[in-house]
Amino acid sequence: MNKTKKNNYIALILIVVFMLVIFALDQLIKPTDSLGMLLTVLQKGSVYALAAVSMNLLNGFTGLFSLGHAGFMLIGAYTYAIFTIPSAERDTVYQYFDAAIRFSFPEAFSNVLGPFGTVLGVIVAVILAGLIATVFAYLIGLPVLKLKSDYLAIATLGFAEIIRAIFQWEKLGPVTNGSNLLKGFVRTSTMQLTIGNVTLSFSTFVPVLIAVICITLIVLLVNSTYGRAFKAVRDDEVAAEAMGINLAKTKQLSFCISSFFAGIAGAMMAMVLSIAQASNFKVSMTYEILLMVVLGGIGSISGSVIGALLFIFSSEWWLRGLDSGSFLGINAPTVFRNGFRLVVFSVIIMIVVLFFSKGIMGDKELPEKIRNWKKNGLFNFKANRKDLGNVLDSAPDESAGHSGRRSKS
Amino acid sequence: MNLFDTVLPYLLSGISVGGQYALIAIGYTMVYGILRLINFAHGDVFMVSGLVMIYLAASTPLYVAIPVTIIVTVALGFTIERVAYKPLRTAPRMSLMISAIGVSYLIQNLALYITGGLNKNYPEIPWISDKIEILGTTTTRVTAITPFLTLALVLILVWLINHTKIGMAMRAVSKDFETSQLMGIKINNVISATFVIGSFLASIGSILYFSNYPGLVPTSGSMPGLKAFVAAVFGGIGSIPGAVIGAFIIGICESLIKGLDTILVSQGIISGPVGFATFSDAFTFVLLIIILVFKPTGLFGEKQTDKV
Amino acid sequence: MTKALELKNVTMQFGGVVAVDNLSMEVGEGEIVALIGPNGAGKTTAFNVITGVYEPTNGEIDFFGETIIRNHPQGKMKKSYKGSCEEYYVKQPVLNPTPDKITLRGMARTFQNIRLWKTQTVFDNVLIAMHGHSTANVFSAVFRGNAAEEAAQRLKVERILDTVGLLDVKDELATSLPYGKQRRLEIARALATDPAMLLLDEPAAGMNPQETLELTAFIGQIRKDLKKTILLIEHHMDLVMDISDRIYVLDFGKLIAAGTPEEIQRNQRVIDAYLGVAED
Repeated sequence: MNKTKKNNYIALILIVVFMLVIFALDQLIKPTDSLGMLLTVLQKGSVYALAAVSMNLLNGFTGLFSLGHAGFMLIGAYTYAIFTIPSAERDTVYQYFDAAIRFSFPEAFSNVLGPFGTVLGVIVAVILAGLIATVFAYLIGLPVLKLKSDYLAIATLGFAEIIRAIFQWEKLGPVTNGSNLLKGFVRTSTMQLTIGNVTLSFSTFVPVLIAVICITLIVLLVNSTYGRAFKAVRDDEVAAEAMGINLAKTKQLSFCISSFFAGIAGAMMAMVLSIAQASNFKVSMTYEILLMVVLGGIGSISGSVIGALLFIFSSEWWLRGLDSGSFLGINAPTVFRNGFRLVVFSVIIMIVVLFFSKGIMGDKELPEKIRNWKKNGLFNFKANRKDLGNVLDSAPDESAGHSGRRSKS
Repeated sequence: MNLFDTVLPYLLSGISVGGQYALIAIGYTMVYGILRLINFAHGDVFMVSGLVMIYLAASTPLYVAIPVTIIVTVALGFTIERVAYKPLRTAPRMSLMISAIGVSYLIQNLALYITGGLNKNYPEIPWISDKIEILGTTTTRVTAITPFLTLALVLILVWLINHTKIGMAMRAVSKDFETSQLMGIKINNVISATFVIGSFLASIGSILYFSNYPGLVPTSGSMPGLKAFVAAVFGGIGSIPGAVIGAFIIGICESLIKGLDTILVSQGIISGPVGFATFSDAFTFVLLIIILVFKPTGLFGEKQTDKV
Repeated sequence: MTKALELKNVTMQFGGVVAVDNLSMEVGEGEIVALIGPNGAGKTTAFNVITGVYEPTNGEIDFFGETIIRNHPQGKMKKSYKGSCEEYYVKQPVLNPTPDKITLRGMARTFQNIRLWKTQTVFDNVLIAMHGHSTANVFSAVFRGNAAEEAAQRLKVERILDTVGLLDVKDELATSLPYGKQRRLEIARALATDPAMLLLDEPAAGMNPQETLELTAFIGQIRKDLKKTILLIEHHMDLVMDISDRIYVLDFGKLIAAGTPEEIQRNQRVIDAYLGVAED
């Protein structure tokens, strides 16, 4: 017990130090600097890290292969956007419609509480974004969670598309602005605090903080009795049910919690990109998040974070040169032109999928991985790979080409 | 205007689109029948076929471009299976599905790189792009011939499956993968044949489909692909007639929903447009969810039972 | 003696196949009862019906005097139903709880083809089985409001693992254990749900004679020390004859004999069912 307590303190200290570093970066780097890209990718990275971890909770920890993530992020993004647009900006944003919702949390709270009210308003809007996504998830979960593996995947994918169509529907324009984008709401680029003649920036700190808090909550959940129940459902549904775990409730719980955090990730995405538009939340976004999860290792939270950060850092920053003429000193404008970065990147992903299907972390978390590195040596790849688990292997279901029709008794 | 005249153009285009979906759906349903895999890359193969046609038609005459397009598409389908799916034969099913998603991601990005993200114009194919008149409605010839061509191809395919050695092998493998292997069926050949047939039909579908649309972008394949898959599920995945019927139903419904505003306004049922067209894609998924909830095995699917 | 479990006219029909045919049997509290029969006799199907995996086509199951499962042929089944159906069942409400509800009522099972949670350790396999009885809601679980309950659960897991002799391997992956120990772990996991009655599906399958002997002693010990009622399916006749108070014999879904081990050993129909009868 004492050891767990000690580890918890270490984790807490690390998080505080990390947040201080982010805070310092926020002050030291200007967005226009050459290192300004670091801030952008950190902001985007934290959005996708939360999105990937929340998807992993469902796909990796509960074994429910869902492809509806973009839909719930869309709901979160819109909820956040709609409830934080200041009333002065409403009419410019809803230029073709008569805005139906004219309420803004940050505005309402700041009228009473001042600057602190703005912060509180943003917090409330973010949580509401998660809650609305949860409500949708609950309703969608009732019919679809009974479905198995790929049927579940395609049904959730379908629901995400339906949600997108609903949000783009002109008749809902007064609420959603139809197929036009939402803008003008509280965004990270304007999150600053001026005390005297010092201006503190929080544009990176805020999204990173939200992601850290949410991911910590997910870690706590995964290591609780409910998290263990999720894993039992993933490893063997029949056994889980026979041991007193209510399948329908457990799946629904995991689906709702995953969607709650997807909603929050959506709100963060709106915050970071300064816009919310339904056409951005396509199936391809879900695919990208899934690939991040796979890259990091299905069933590993630290893996998803690493996967998402690697994905965003390389596709948005490190591989930029591949799109603009020269990369690593090689100058070949005819090959290195727009889009090449993503081609290279998708080839890398395919290599991971085909040859390193356990991803970077397998189903292990960072502390355990570090212990293994200590044990085997960092570069003893063979031994290190052996220590990785793969949750997909545990599925009692069946392997490729083999149907679930085979009788087991 | 009477109801028939208003509905007819939508109905005709629905039947035509349905035929094109059917050609794609067969690829999905056959692959699923054998590998239990939703081949997410199939829609992108369909798109690549269109892209190859565009580039070939720009430099070669059509009688070269069309067959070469078909050959390239078939080669692509074959290669995808060998490179991305074959190594995962003993892997868990979800790995296979992730691989399919990865392939789809790769193909789309590759197409994006090659086209530069620009909308490419599909070549006009003489004769089939001509305007003709059916029952007082002007339409293109491709709209009229698609359903017949589709049915002819499906009949040939069904005959192949029921009367040839490879067809028999396919049926055996889809019933029981392991036992067929034990019985000396060369699984890899059967699977490759399935991908070849699927890609061939997708390529034909692609020519018919894109002839009706002005242009093509790298993501053009994903929506028709998903719809065709839904059609396959709707008809009962693994069943070819099911996939064809499902595809026609989805094509017709989609087209009618696109025209629902016009139809209802012309009949005086609603006073102004409601924007039903926004839901033409989403409706496919509504159908999917309804069928999955009430009859998860589709219209013609066989029942599966889990044993403990 | 109180009846722990009572099956009344239970029939399980899959399409035209009658897997369990009008089976009536009972298990008294504290008894060890064996269900035996040749392969395909319907023993595991009977287990699946009792534990709620399958909904019986007809019949009623009582657990400690309370009806937990009841059904009668309805809808399409009515036409194809081959057995008899007492008017009584038709008039009663249908009860069809999911397996987890039945487990929480105090009936836990093991599986013939071991179904442990493969990515979990031995310890966690047992701990997870206590989730059903946990009183924590998801918020208190996340914020560790249930720390006291969980500490108690962990202590109990250690005790159970000690009882089954797996305490020394508690941190190993469940699947890394040898076969015999995996079977013991399944029993440990079932015990963790706090059952009044255990249903063991071929607990000695794949064990060598030495392991079987140990298991026989272990099952006797579970009854004696933990006061559990036990119903088991088994093919090892030594084990069955050794520890069972009474035996039921199934063949082609039908009950062909019931009685004490001595009676069953002498029963001609049982011998015929196992060895086959020469046709004239």
